[in-house]
Amino acid sequence: MSLVGQRLKRREDGPLIRGFGRYVSDMAAGATFLRFVRSSFACGTITDVTIPDNIRAYTIEDLVGVDPIRPLLFRPDYVATEQSVLAKTHIRFVGEPIVAVLGSSPEEAEDNAERVIVAIDATPAVTDVDAATTTGAVRVHEQAADNTLVDAKMRTEGLNDAFANAAETFEIGIESGRQSAMPLEARGGHASFDRRTGRVTLHASVQAPHQVRTGVADALGIDEALIRVVAPDVGGGFGQKMQLSTEYVVAVWLARHIRGDVIWIEDRHENLMASYHSRDQRYTLKAAFDDNARLLALDADLRCNVGAYSTYPVTCGVEPLMAMGELPGPYDFREYGVRSRGIATHTCPMAPYRGVSRPVITFAIERLMDTAARRFGIEPAEIRRRNLIEDFPYTSVTGTRYDHGSYREALEKALETIDLPSFRGSQQEARADGRYIGIGFSTFNERTGYGTPTFSTRSMEITPGYEMVDITMDPSGGIEARIGASPHGQGLATSLSQIIADETGVDVRKITIVHGDTDRTPYGWGTFASRSIVISGGATKLAAAKLAEQISTLAAHLLQANPRDVVLSAGRAAARGKDADVGIAEIARLAYHQSHQFTGNAYEKMSARASYDPAGAFANACHVAIVEVDPSTGQVQIKRYLTVEDAGRLINPMIADGQVRGGIAQGIGNALYEEIIYDDAGNILTTSLADYLVPTAMEIPDIEIVHLETISDATITGAKGLGEGGTIGAPAAVINAVVDALQPLGVEIFEMPITPQRLRELIRDAQSMQ
Amino acid sequence: MKPAPFEYRAPASAEEATKILAETGDDGRILAGGQTLVAAMNFRMARPAVLIDINRVGDLDYLHTEGGTLKIGALTRHVAFEQPVVDGPLSAFLPYVAHHIAHLPIRMRGTFAGSCAHADPAAEWCLVARTLDAEMVARSSKGERVILAADFFVSILTTDLADDELLAEIRLPILDDSWRLGFAEFARRAGDFALTMGLAAAKIADGRIVEAKIGIGAVEDRPVRIDAAEQALVGETPSPQLFETVADIAANTVDPTSDLHASATYRRDLTRAMTRRALQQALGDAPDQGPGG
Repeated sequence: MSLVGQRLKRREDGPLIRGFGRYVSDMAAGATFLRFVRSSFACGTITDVTIPDNIRAYTIEDLVGVDPIRPLLFRPDYVATEQSVLAKTHIRFVGEPIVAVLGSSPEEAEDNAERVIVAIDATPAVTDVDAATTTGAVRVHEQAADNTLVDAKMRTEGLNDAFANAAETFEIGIESGRQSAMPLEARGGHASFDRRTGRVTLHASVQAPHQVRTGVADALGIDEALIRVVAPDVGGGFGQKMQLSTEYVVAVWLARHIRGDVIWIEDRHENLMASYHSRDQRYTLKAAFDDNARLLALDADLRCNVGAYSTYPVTCGVEPLMAMGELPGPYDFREYGVRSRGIATHTCPMAPYRGVSRPVITFAIERLMDTAARRFGIEPAEIRRRNLIEDFPYTSVTGTRYDHGSYREALEKALETIDLPSFRGSQQEARADGRYIGIGFSTFNERTGYGTPTFSTRSMEITPGYEMVDITMDPSGGIEARIGASPHGQGLATSLSQIIADETGVDVRKITIVHGDTDRTPYGWGTFASRSIVISGGATKLAAAKLAEQISTLAAHLLQANPRDVVLSAGRAAARGKDADVGIAEIARLAYHQSHQFTGNAYEKMSARASYDPAGAFANACHVAIVEVDPSTGQVQIKRYLTVEDAGRLINPMIADGQVRGGIAQGIGNALYEEIIYDDAGNILTTSLADYLVPTAMEIPDIEIVHLETISDATITGAKGLGEGGTIGAPAAVINAVVDALQPLGVEIFEMPITPQRLRELIRDAQSMQ
Repeated sequence: MKPAPFEYRAPASAEEATKILAETGDDGRILAGGQTLVAAMNFRMARPAVLIDINRVGDLDYLHTEGGTLKIGALTRHVAFEQPVVDGPLSAFLPYVAHHIAHLPIRMRGTFAGSCAHADPAAEWCLVARTLDAEMVARSSKGERVILAADFFVSILTTDLADDELLAEIRLPILDDSWRLGFAEFARRAGDFALTMGLAAAKIADGRIVEAKIGIGAVEDRPVRIDAAEQALVGETPSPQLFETVADIAANTVDPTSDLHASATYRRDLTRAMTRRALQQALGDAPDQGPGG
């Protein structure tokens, strides 16, 4: 029986739920604790640093030979900036590390940090994209006029004509609040200097250990061989942990400097203030429709607040370039104009966060579609029906190839499951009772599992994303696969084991997946961007197939059969048409210990390597939310949540369900709760979990999931990625539902999150107009 | 997120605790449940030089009923109120209110008295004490004094307690069956600090309201009573129209604070909604729980 497609329980969970997980902070014993003195001003100049005599503290002047971080894009519109690992003279955001302080305990390190006095001559800051691009605005980096670090444009030839000939044109402005990926475990690193070898082992809570090693080695100007990076159990990343944190460069430098162990465990206050943010974006969208409510053209101005610094390795281009390329989404239209900017401000730098710009672009396009539906007087579902792409493969207006999907089918399945006519009936009854319930749709596609063929179009100095897998059978017949992906909660070890078991006939319990250790794994790009099951899964399938073929050759020799007739199954190799078989473990034993029985080097056949580097596959989904709004408080209650999603072949549907639900929970947070707030001086006001509200289990409804499986011809396994889809779809579905609920009042919402206070304001305004 | 250095004392009796308080003055802080204080210390916003841990003073953990009064000790945990502790309308009411306090692990540790002594305007027990006219018993090495709840809550995180005083007991009047009670709270998430709370208590005789207490929490710098709303209720027969009128009075009377979580205007709106909901719950035909309830 094929294991792929089975709801196998996650192999990772046993130790984690019993408390046997090993996180960075479990390694603290014996280490010296590192604490950072961070800027309490958003913009200014350091005039003096006073360090008491008995305290071990270091400024950038002490870190001799450490280079700044210089993320690069090879684009003419990109303005390169650099970030000193500890601020040198200029301060660019509240929370920027200035002094590294050591102590023998976390308490002592914090006491010591308090005694270091940093004098800053504070000057006015600029915190939002519109202020930052105003003529005469303060410059965050001297070389960046208008504070614009990325300024990408495209425009199809017929755009103006399309607008001139349209039956209906209108414009909307979209605003997305700033958010944190909020992993349960904040950042942390343990750097251990080995006096025997001179190497430093950095255990760090990261998503991409190989890029951390490259980045740290380059910053320190040393060979990569002198550094080993290990990602132990990692308590969530969601993108926040794929960038090179400057704190890790400092930790490794200090371990080398004190020739010992240094540990930095970020607390939640630091994490909210100085780890990465995302989604702080403003859009202006102009749309042109024909008289059948078919979208003809879209003209977009996208402004992404990228914070104080471009970050390594993906750069500050990640949000604006993603938004520009993928804004057209699942809809069929041929004229597109877009300007997309990455704009620097005196705020915490940005990193990708689950979905990157797509929760915002999906929110924008889906609000646009609902607005158009209202203007045409048709159901939101109907306008989607008229505009969704139906013929695949499809080449989008940006030249992107969409593989086969089920855009229309997902919508129809959702409508059937939810029973729209019956909902509209109960909505009318509720309105008669003075209750406001509404339904919201979000249909979208998302590019997943893309490698260098796609990333290379972004012109990054460091271009992800092939994956290599090394696979080896040991003498007892067990399989070890060493992967460059770096799972941290995705259940990838389970899913890859299922793929290997199917290819080799080896019991899943005899398969080990090794990841997250630069000494043990081939160079790879870690886990992010809904890529691992597609790319690492594809490479794993290829490597396992190669190994299986080699085992079959050896088996053929032993069974005196043709290798093509050998079938590997249930731990045995059998020859078709013969009543003979041999255990795979037996073959392994012979290959290593009786290799002279075979022609050729049988022991070499116990290993294989494969790599995979696809262009990507487009997953799709239709989300539906039903909400009730209390107009007296602005409170939104989600009564029902349905997603019909298509991620191609599901390797493990239970893991897929978990990804969908977790993603939707974060998307609901983005829609209704989470917002990082700065004041005009650049002070961050949301630095605890009492101020930055993340939804809990109490706020998340039951989530109904329907899977469609359009087997992708664009990937080796037929699977598409789905790690981000939940987050991408949820804000639009929830907020469209809120708008639908409040139709009797005529409330329109073009911002996320929509908090009860803000919603109450809109309701109050609408009520006073009536 | 680690506390600044402090001295830790763990007295074995209330007398010893008040003696230490007398020695330390405003350098000393009582540690009861620690659910606010310890977090504040970890943020280094609270920096007591001496932490006086009363958790070993077992005889401060009690609930006694005495002559129409519920006596609540300094160490009585929130969770003790999740079961009925008195007869009459408070029997169901106190558990209902208690469930609005944070989450179970916090209710297991946090205390009624600690919450009152901390005097967060958004604390449920402060509103209960103020609205239902509790007496607060302050004990020092010099003796005891009784402070009316009306005088106890001075301002945000500020009470009438002197530096050397321990809030030793709260005396809550037990209400008889002629009273009807309602409580409504608006918070962003389950267990969050309230953005607004309304408490309505009304004594009914022959279908009419003969006495009323309306308290609003989390809106001003301390829990407040709305005299005008109370007067508007007395002599009336409960009706949805009356609730609307009284809710409007409450909303128009409060002087709300404005902060990151809620503007003054929003708190005024919430005051209207929570007052109406509390009245509906106390006096209406069907309890109104709504999405924010």
